[in-house]
Amino acid sequence: MSIVVQSPIRKAGRVRAFLGRAFLRPSFVIGFAILALSIALALFPGMFAPYDPLAFDLSAIQQGPSLAHPFGTDNFGRDVLSRVIWAYRVDMQMAFFATIFALLIGMTIGAFVGYYGGIADTIFGRCVDAIITFPFLVLVIAIVAVLGPGLVNMYVAITAVNWVYYARLTRAEIMAQKANDYAAAGRVLGYSDRRIIFRHLLPNAISPIIVYWMTDMALAILLGSSLGYLGLGAQPPAAEWGVLIAEGRNFLLTAWWMSLMPGIAIVLTGLGFSLVGDALADLLRPKGR
Amino acid sequence: MNQLEKETVLDVRHLRTEFGLPERPLVAVDDVSFQVRAGEILGLVGESGSGKSITLRSILGIVRPRGRVGGEILWKGRDLVPLDEGALRRVRGREIAMIFQEPMSSLNPLLTVGLQISENLAAHTDLDGKARKARAIELLDMVGIPAARNRLGDYPHEFSGGMRQRVMIAIALASNPKLLLADEPTTALDVTIQDQILRLIQALSRDLGMAVILVTHDMGVVAETCDRVAVMYGGRLCETGPTADVIGDARHPYSLGLLRSIPRDVAPRTPLYSIPGAPPSLNALPAGCAFTARCPVAGPECRDVRPSLEAIGRLRQVACHHREEALVHFSAREAAQ
Amino acid sequence: MSQSMQEAATPLLSIRDLFMRFEKRRSLSDTLAGRPRQVVSALNGVDLDVMPAETLGIVGESGCGKSTLARCIAGLHRPTSGDIRFEGESVIDLKGARRRGYNKRVQMMFQDPYTSLNPRMTVRDTLREAITVHRMREGAGVDRRVDELLDLVRLPDGAADKYPHEFSGGQRQRIGIARALSLEPTCLVADELVSALDVSVQAQVVNLLLELQDNLGLTVLFVAHDLRLVRHVSHRVAVIYLGAIVEIGPSEALFSKPMHPYSQALLAAAPSLDPTERRRAPALSGELPSPLDIPPGCPFHVRCPHATELCRREKPALRPVGNGMTACHFAETIGGA
Repeated sequence: MSIVVQSPIRKAGRVRAFLGRAFLRPSFVIGFAILALSIALALFPGMFAPYDPLAFDLSAIQQGPSLAHPFGTDNFGRDVLSRVIWAYRVDMQMAFFATIFALLIGMTIGAFVGYYGGIADTIFGRCVDAIITFPFLVLVIAIVAVLGPGLVNMYVAITAVNWVYYARLTRAEIMAQKANDYAAAGRVLGYSDRRIIFRHLLPNAISPIIVYWMTDMALAILLGSSLGYLGLGAQPPAAEWGVLIAEGRNFLLTAWWMSLMPGIAIVLTGLGFSLVGDALADLLRPKGR
Repeated sequence: MNQLEKETVLDVRHLRTEFGLPERPLVAVDDVSFQVRAGEILGLVGESGSGKSITLRSILGIVRPRGRVGGEILWKGRDLVPLDEGALRRVRGREIAMIFQEPMSSLNPLLTVGLQISENLAAHTDLDGKARKARAIELLDMVGIPAARNRLGDYPHEFSGGMRQRVMIAIALASNPKLLLADEPTTALDVTIQDQILRLIQALSRDLGMAVILVTHDMGVVAETCDRVAVMYGGRLCETGPTADVIGDARHPYSLGLLRSIPRDVAPRTPLYSIPGAPPSLNALPAGCAFTARCPVAGPECRDVRPSLEAIGRLRQVACHHREEALVHFSAREAAQ
Repeated sequence: MSQSMQEAATPLLSIRDLFMRFEKRRSLSDTLAGRPRQVVSALNGVDLDVMPAETLGIVGESGCGKSTLARCIAGLHRPTSGDIRFEGESVIDLKGARRRGYNKRVQMMFQDPYTSLNPRMTVRDTLREAITVHRMREGAGVDRRVDELLDLVRLPDGAADKYPHEFSGGQRQRIGIARALSLEPTCLVADELVSALDVSVQAQVVNLLLELQDNLGLTVLFVAHDLRLVRHVSHRVAVIYLGAIVEIGPSEALFSKPMHPYSQALLAAAPSLDPTERRRAPALSGELPSPLDIPPGCPFHVRCPHATELCRREKPALRPVGNGMTACHFAETIGGA
């Protein structure tokens, strides 16, 4: 019997045990279900959407919710449900891309700053002060105004501001972990700083960052939709929830479903991320002594 | 005055404290009985999981509502177990006071020391503002804080560890309690400061006629400070008696093992006697004697049948099925060393 | 070991005039007001030789600098001034491969069993990492070595694939010892190795340490505050007060006849297991001065019952007195009380 085999089996068992505990929590189950649905819709919109989101049907303009069109039609006769479903692709992408780079960049910078401290920490501190003083949205809009509208520019703009929050969180967590004796033990064992930071400290610091990421994705959807609404993010005729809400802006009293349905999608998806994040926060809390 | 002739102020009978589901409870304190006389210092000694701290907290009822307390706790004849929060609150702080291990977390960091003493006095006495201030200075003096008058306005973080512990004692003594519960008050302190605090507690007990229950894991502290001692393991009592007897002539295998694993009168750098295994967790206790798994003289019945406290002589009690074997076993070891 | 024998053999570790000062972070208002930086003088001129294969105990109370000294020796702090020589070569400013070479010779074990192991790595992961980073073994030899190490510290076979939280405190300390030994060091620094463990478990770990030292010929620096344990485990003992050694000598001699007034107070303050040996007055009054503001002259003069004008003015040097060395102007008259 090879001794080496046991470790991966134990690790798999650990994951299984974690999932077992996770699915006992109603908040996790509901959130996970919402997210699973969202991802499915984002990956395979064609399978779920009954109509082509771009197809005009001038004979069915602004019809209320009905059996044929559960979410009604818009002012061009397009099926709102299909447009909402196709928007999942864009908005889920937004949730991911608007946050992942901020996470990676912020985590790396935060880890180094938290570990080494000193002058880097002072500079970092001033940087943070400068960025977070401005309202998030205003700063992002300013950057987009310079770069021009569009999804990619939006990702760049958001990342440029958002990394600071991940960096701050990581710095605090790394500083806390660094105070533990296993970090000192690593140094006495002659491990390089890089090894200590990335193999020892960061894995122990990552839980709060993951939880924050979940909530951040919910916020990213809101942010992306807001920019889409303002015409600074995704551009019409692309289906994106913020764009859809903007399209229904002038018809709130007459064709309220045009804005309300995408709004509900935003709320629901955001809720999914938040619930999962909440449940993870409880589940990932370090085990007692 | 002979210990037996002083009146008993606290009589704990078959105390039982449990946590968790009533169907599968974690029994932290299991059938513990002891008495404390006026002016006496009783030591409760044990390791983690022994239940010594929970015993103290059960007496004052501060384990509720998470913990369920059963049995009788007779304080000056009055049973504390059935009392509700309101009634207990009148006893706490006024008649029975408690001090804890970490003074920094038991003192309010936002209030000055003077205010905290004053608060206790306001809650439990009828003194007016000026009288409270005077009494606060008197108390700080009594616990050995130099320049007491000037320190009333200081915050807890402006005191050192030993001084903070003295402040906590001063607050505890504010309304002249007759019983002081001390939960490892010196564990976090240096040896020389620990010495000061223990001498202080002894002097106060003597001068004020105050009874003390001192919880500790250190047999040395017990030997130096306590008149009587109760050894606990896994939530149960192993052995009780006068300190000199229990330390000098222990009978329970756990007490014997514990005392033997302390390095004294052994050749240097030789292996110490050690009790195999580790203190038990509360959810894995056998129906019989809690110490069975680690006991060198355990017999077949020990796992299933709980030994009850039996009297040896007038003042001592031991709970063990194999007392004689234990004595023989450890004397042989001592001779060998 | 007599004085002359010690001088003849070459020390493994040689520490000369070691100073370690930590600067406290200044707030903006402090900088603007031009206030001088507050400096914590953790080590104030430590001179020490550690001989091969001996166990040197280092005792003192909190804030005395013993942990700082241990960390300086292990390479965790860069001393402010002074020298540390290992086998004749200075190890203060080592970098890169030479630093790793030193790490392979001198290893450290830590006090807190709960934070000294990475909670997300199994025991096997932890030990494998140490072995592979330093290329101690290759291929299948790595896992064989892991099993060997676990055997050495008496952990059961299945332990390797468990996570730290699945072990008890004592077992975790053993894993820490295994980790330190994985680099096959010559010298081990044990910083309060057993202080956080239950008494009945302390003896087990101490016995393991003694056995390993004998079998592997290790040199051990045993930093602790438990005087009885240090006496039992060490060949020689050094007493530290406010960052300087005040007395050093053979263990038995120092503990039976301490020369320095602080050593005497420390030993008197330590709780004795003999219930007849009771004192009313504390062994040492006063508090430890803050290391921000070390008193001039002899650092102990503030609390010393024998202090004179000379003591207030002039710091005594560590000089041979009797069997060991003492830093006191009046060691001959005070010592051997």
